[in-house]
Amino acid sequence: MSRILTRSIWVYHFAAAPCNNCDIEILDALTPKYDAERFGIKLVGSIRHADCMLLTGVVNSKDLPRLMSIYQQAPKPFFVIAVGTCALDLGIFRGSYNVVGPPDKHIPIDAYVPGCPPKPEALLSAVVKLIEKVRNDTSKPGKKKVKGIKKL
Amino acid sequence: MSENKKITEIPIGPYHPLQEEPEFFRLKIDGEKVVGIEIEIGYNHRGIEKLSESKSFDQATFLVERICGICSTSHPFAYVNAVEDLAAIRIPERAKYIRTVVGEIERIHSHLLWLGLAGHFIGYNTVWMWCWKYREPLLELCERVFGNRNHYAMMKIGGVRRDISDDQGDLIRKDMGDLVPKLDMLYNAIQDDPVIKARLRIAGTLTKKDARAYCVVGPTARASGIEIDVRKDDPYAAYGLVDWNVVVREEGDVYAKTMVRIDEMKESVKIINQCVDRLKEVKGEIETEIKEIPEGEGIGRHEAPRGEVFHYVRSRGGSVPYRHKVRAPSFMNVFSNEVAVVGGTIPDAALTLAAVDPCYCCTERMQAVDTDSKVYTSRDLIRMCQEKTYELHRKMKGGK
Ligand code: SF4
Repeated sequence: MSRILTRSIWVYHFAAAPCNNCDIEILDALTPKYDAERFGIKLVGSIRHADCMLLTGVVNSKDLPRLMSIYQQAPKPFFVIAVGTCALDLGIFRGSYNVVGPPDKHIPIDAYVPGCPPKPEALLSAVVKLIEKVRNDTSKPGKKKVKGIKKL
Repeated sequence: MSENKKITEIPIGPYHPLQEEPEFFRLKIDGEKVVGIEIEIGYNHRGIEKLSESKSFDQATFLVERICGICSTSHPFAYVNAVEDLAAIRIPERAKYIRTVVGEIERIHSHLLWLGLAGHFIGYNTVWMWCWKYREPLLELCERVFGNRNHYAMMKIGGVRRDISDDQGDLIRKDMGDLVPKLDMLYNAIQDDPVIKARLRIAGTLTKKDARAYCVVGPTARASGIEIDVRKDDPYAAYGLVDWNVVVREEGDVYAKTMVRIDEMKESVKIINQCVDRLKEVKGEIETEIKEIPEGEGIGRHEAPRGEVFHYVRSRGGSVPYRHKVRAPSFMNVFSNEVAVVGGTIPDAALTLAAVDPCYCCTERMQAVDTDSKVYTSRDLIRMCQEKTYELHRKMKGGK
């Protein structure tokens, strides 16, 4: 089932609390030099149309309820790619009073792209690796567990 | 719905396809006309000022760099200015020129980015793609000369971290030479295209009076006829040593803001070329050694692509700042939308909101905690309802 998704991935971009640089690099990957659209990767405005979410930045206490409600609206099966060091392990913002932990504490994440910011090439390679992973995955698609919203 | 039945509210955001960053606008409209706007931010608050107090003076340079990714050298620039003011440090002349080159290359790529997004907002995706295509060689240049596409970490208290060699200087000059015809092309394209011109002219005018009242800074102020530029008014780094002009226009509409930015890019090219030439003559150290940061306070300013960045640092001796305050340009500029958007139509609102080049990750420095009022979401209500049940449950169990 999820193999069909690998032909043309539509991505939705969720900026939690980033410094904006990862977001700019995501857009950069769509512009003429890298041109991700030639692989069928398209940025869409609503998560209901998307197969994959690019998550950038740390999640703070104001974003968390929004992230959870947006994630719950996503059509399943659905993939999440965490872009940038912030989304991986909070990077330099670790220890801030407003940050509620790395995103993978709250939603399941399928691929991580390290870098601050990662280069557009790294983003493309992450998508390629994700596609390979999905193609080689012979297990039956099951429902991923999503933890309930934690008390803030 | 407000009390007046005729007025409709349109919420934009916080996660909206038009926006790069999370922010929330509530447009109040009467028919087609926008009669009011409320701006709510705070989705991007990361507690940077507080974090800075737990980092050493040197580490804080990397932290403030990550306030914003587009103008990633502006905050460190203002921060090192502040610490140098605090400790009365004089930096070598070579470092001054290198700092100026970094700051100006950043201005060019930031303005190109804005121009592209503005083109995207008015439906000219070609402008978007072209601007970002022209921006790419600059990012590559940054990677080759400064070590990273963005977040180059060039600023250091007392100087800069990396030198620019003569060969790299030639590389910069060559790229600048390639850029000028493209900028001219964009300038002419926007000036000659009647549709773009008319479209930009009718949107969001900020009069000089309003611009003063809202204390706007940067290109937003300069497009409304206010001649304000920290680089000229209070020269730091090498801005006082090279020849350049402040670009000012009178109209205050989006067209003026666009043109100011394009002209500013040309001025930046001029500054960079002069600095690179001077770097071939001025040799020597690129940093002064700092032993310790004494007690005291200092302020630092830098003209970021969006306007004046202000940093305040207070030290009580020791290795960490005691207080670090940041004021980003968008903090002033964003709220001028309250007048620029009102009176226009809904299709113009998005363009006008974007025209000040808002940067919310820069702006979200403070979080107001209002203890008297609290907004209860439905989830809160459910939780309270459940808690009451549990309490009852406990009581009855205890009673038995
Ligand atoms: S990983 Fe780096 S570039 Fe990306 S949002 Fe975080 S601080 Fe910014």
